[in-house]
Amino acid sequence: MNYVEADSLCKSYGRNTALRGVSFDVAEGELFGIIGPDGAGKTSIFRILTTLILPDSGSGKVLGLDIIGDYREIRRHIGYMPGRFSLYQDLSVEENLRFFATLFGTTIEENYHLVKDIYRYIEPFADRKAGALSGGMKQKLALCCALIHKPEVLFLDEPTTGVDPVSRKEFWNMLKRLRDSGLSIIVSTPYMDEATLCDRIALIKNGKFMDTDTPQGIIGKFDFPLLAVNGPGMPALLRATREIPQVLSCYAFGNEHHVTMKDKGLSPDAAALIIRTALYAKGYGEVSIKAIEPNIEDCFMYFDTMEEKA
Amino acid sequence: MEIIRTEGLTKRFRDFTAVDHISFSVKKGEIFGFLGANGAGKTTAMKMLCGLSRPTEGKATVAGYDIYSEVREIKRNIGYMSQRFSLYEDLKVWENIRLFAGIYGMDDKTIAEKTDILLEKLELQEQRGRLVRALPLGWKQRLAFSVAIFHNPKIVFLDEPTGGVDPATRRGFWEMIYDASEKGITVFVTTHYMDEAEYCDRVSIMVDGKIEALDTPARLKELYHARNMDEVFHKLARRATRE
Repeated sequence: MNYVEADSLCKSYGRNTALRGVSFDVAEGELFGIIGPDGAGKTSIFRILTTLILPDSGSGKVLGLDIIGDYREIRRHIGYMPGRFSLYQDLSVEENLRFFATLFGTTIEENYHLVKDIYRYIEPFADRKAGALSGGMKQKLALCCALIHKPEVLFLDEPTTGVDPVSRKEFWNMLKRLRDSGLSIIVSTPYMDEATLCDRIALIKNGKFMDTDTPQGIIGKFDFPLLAVNGPGMPALLRATREIPQVLSCYAFGNEHHVTMKDKGLSPDAAALIIRTALYAKGYGEVSIKAIEPNIEDCFMYFDTMEEKA
Repeated sequence: MEIIRTEGLTKRFRDFTAVDHISFSVKKGEIFGFLGANGAGKTTAMKMLCGLSRPTEGKATVAGYDIYSEVREIKRNIGYMSQRFSLYEDLKVWENIRLFAGIYGMDDKTIAEKTDILLEKLELQEQRGRLVRALPLGWKQRLAFSVAIFHNPKIVFLDEPTGGVDPATRRGFWEMIYDASEKGITVFVTTHYMDEAEYCDRVSIMVDGKIEALDTPARLKELYHARNMDEVFHKLARRATRE
């Protein structure tokens, strides 16, 4: 059985269209990522599936229950961590956790084993007010509060936004352990590098999924030869590479530029030779050019360009 | 020329030392990446440099002005943009430009002329009468950055300016940063995207209130035997003991 099913979800707020027909499903024990920038519609999907708002059209099921007809039943079985910190700032860490446990008719003691791995990080601060916690600790507390009633599906809306790379990695390790314990998880993020940590992902932009697949599946659909160019004077090198007539796109990726060619059929060697020759003519002698595998961010931009053209 | 210089700059909140004797300098026109984990003290340090928070001890000058006694001059000579706050959503595009330029004391004629040039460059002429709220996020970011440097400040402080924007827009934003830097504006930027750390001339990494490393990305990678800045960051930030 699919734990979550969304079929053609549409949602508008006044004149703003947030979702233009979003469909996907999430299997038992799957970690499903919705990857895309702010304003793409990620939060609307979460609010609809957690029964907080109604879609304009389309339907959805969570644990086989209808998101409209069975909304009360759904709420008992899901955990939801909204994008904005939504715990009680003037309650202590422990009071927040106890409050959420009580709401669902359970106790911290009964389900402590579910949150233990995460809660132990914040337990030393059990008496501190939630409002006085650091960003990383707030995030851990919010996750505990979303888990304490033993949900079967976990909805996490941008849990790592604004979080530094080290804490992000820690958080994803926690998610993997939760997934391995059998929980289905839907998580959204604007950080493309987190995509590869999911079992399957959807790339979302402007209220539409551009593609849904495993990270490797998505990377496999990038059918241009991709080259990494690196040399002295990177900003000028970027502009110079873009001016080469055979180049389709050239984007900065950290310490290298990623380049695609208009002619899909070119071998990486042939493409590298064209770039090297053209750059040499422009005065760039010492440039390193190598063929590389695309990452999810390359794919996102590629799909995005294709959609714009279509 | 040094445009920012700090010596033992420190900020304590009761018994908690948020920024612990940091000493560094930033050169004119440099793109300076100010990195650190959440809670490392970046925001507190940045607030002191912008003249918004008085240091507990230490010395610093920003754009040649003292951060204790010449706060007004500092504010006049810097621009600021963050992901959380940048423009007024319920003002129109031109009203936002007018408001911020006015705050910085620019005269009406200059504002009008520069507004036309700016909107043309951003290809936003047709949007000049639209509420900022109605603009796509990518446009908002570009506009916010342009507004932050509209009064031609000596330094612009950018606090996580690219959080949440799509990959192409993020890269477009960095091209605007390069342009500003080429015009001589010093860029002081924080980010959680480690690929962006590679685009900086020099990078500092704060751990537990102290600057643990400061050099060019190339040197830092060499020093920490890392393939990229993400690895450098992980090696350093893992040493943090506080959250």
